[in-house]
Amino acid sequence: MTLGLIQQGPGYGAAYLYVGIFLLLVSGFVATVLVIARLIAPSRSSNTKGQIYETGEATVTDTWRPFPVRYYVFALLFLIFDVEAAFLYPWAVVYSELGVYGFVEMTIFVLILVVGLAYAWKKGALKWV
Amino acid sequence: MQSVLSVLDQEPIRFFVSFGVILFLVLNLAAVLTMAERKVAGYIQLRYGPNRVGPRGLLQPLADVFKLFTKENVSPNRADMWIFLAAPIAMFIPAALAWIIIPFSPSAVVADLNVGILFFVGITSIGALGVIMAGYGSRSTFSLLGALRGAAQLISYEVPMILSLLGVVMLTGSLSLVEVVQAQGGGFWNWYFLPQLPMFFVFYIAGLAEVKRVPFDLPEGESEIVGGFMVEYSGMTWALMQAAEFASLALISAMSVTLFLGGWQPPIEALDLGNFNWAWFGLKTALITFTFQWIRWSVPRLRMDQLMNLGWKILVPLCLVWLFVTAGLMLVFPSLGQ
Repeated sequence: MTLGLIQQGPGYGAAYLYVGIFLLLVSGFVATVLVIARLIAPSRSSNTKGQIYETGEATVTDTWRPFPVRYYVFALLFLIFDVEAAFLYPWAVVYSELGVYGFVEMTIFVLILVVGLAYAWKKGALKWV
Repeated sequence: MQSVLSVLDQEPIRFFVSFGVILFLVLNLAAVLTMAERKVAGYIQLRYGPNRVGPRGLLQPLADVFKLFTKENVSPNRADMWIFLAAPIAMFIPAALAWIIIPFSPSAVVADLNVGILFFVGITSIGALGVIMAGYGSRSTFSLLGALRGAAQLISYEVPMILSLLGVVMLTGSLSLVEVVQAQGGGFWNWYFLPQLPMFFVFYIAGLAEVKRVPFDLPEGESEIVGGFMVEYSGMTWALMQAAEFASLALISAMSVTLFLGGWQPPIEALDLGNFNWAWFGLKTALITFTFQWIRWSVPRLRMDQLMNLGWKILVPLCLVWLFVTAGLMLVFPSLGQ
């Protein structure tokens, strides 16, 4: 596991090491702040305080329930374009060396997705009502 | 394990100093921006803003922190406690972590990742997870509404944001932010906001939406869903969420400066300050942050359908068109790409 870190020289691996350790330290810091606040702040819980906030009305149903399908449509569209971006980034990095070949190939790739977006648009999947 | 330890052995001081500096920067930015937000609001609305604590109200953030630290953390009885408490952490991590790849001056960058831009895109999308966790974990109607809106908005505007960075990547030929800034040297006519003006526009708007600022504050929408995903939070958990929001506001400003406005590069060569070029970086970031605050007090909130239309029917096609314009121009004039 660590072999991958040293093979490209310590500078390269160290950058990712920074990211990993920073991630742990930042989460640790925030968790510590929450714990300290819990120790300092008063804690007098009551049944009234434990009610959820709904402008004075009592909640009649559980809030964990199904929600409209249009959210899923946008999630699907997002997924398609996100994967597209994962392919576009490596292409963009080396584009200046690829020339006409890279341009034509990516035109075909993006056009297929544009057709998909146009279809979703025509079908009314982008309409929010 | 051995190599991990040896890296730490080589630069232990640099590691701890940089960690301290980043954390200090993020927390202070959050504190100063809460203050700046209210002061700017005050002056735009022809009033003073906070002016009681300390000279001209400058100690207001300190008072706020003390107040929030000693305030009880009230949570709903039927909330899912682990998700409820993990949400502020999930929101704070991207706001703090993404700062380590930003070059502040020619010699000051904590970790020069060779996939910096991809790292930025990836790490900021954790923020959307925090919003969903906060809204779903609270198990409250307003929270759930806010979280659903937030999820739809954040993933919809992530697409134009990702696409708008492609032009910069193509012109630079690298994903490293250090190289992006170096490629923009020589004067403000070399900054990427000129050849990539539509992309800069898209990045700015998408950034505004990603940090949930007015006119894209539908997840909070305090006048209709009374605070949205954060309605059940109080005390320190609420303070952490606010800190994360203000830190990501500063982060988006810093990223637009780094990618499109030359980063630490001075506007003309004669004004080069050497290692003190971070002053230029700070100045530009402050200006962009101010425009965010200016917009907040000038523009009304969008409707949900308008929001989705703007994202999917204007910004995404605009990005794709300009991607092709950039690619075509680079094909005709190969000197554009380095």
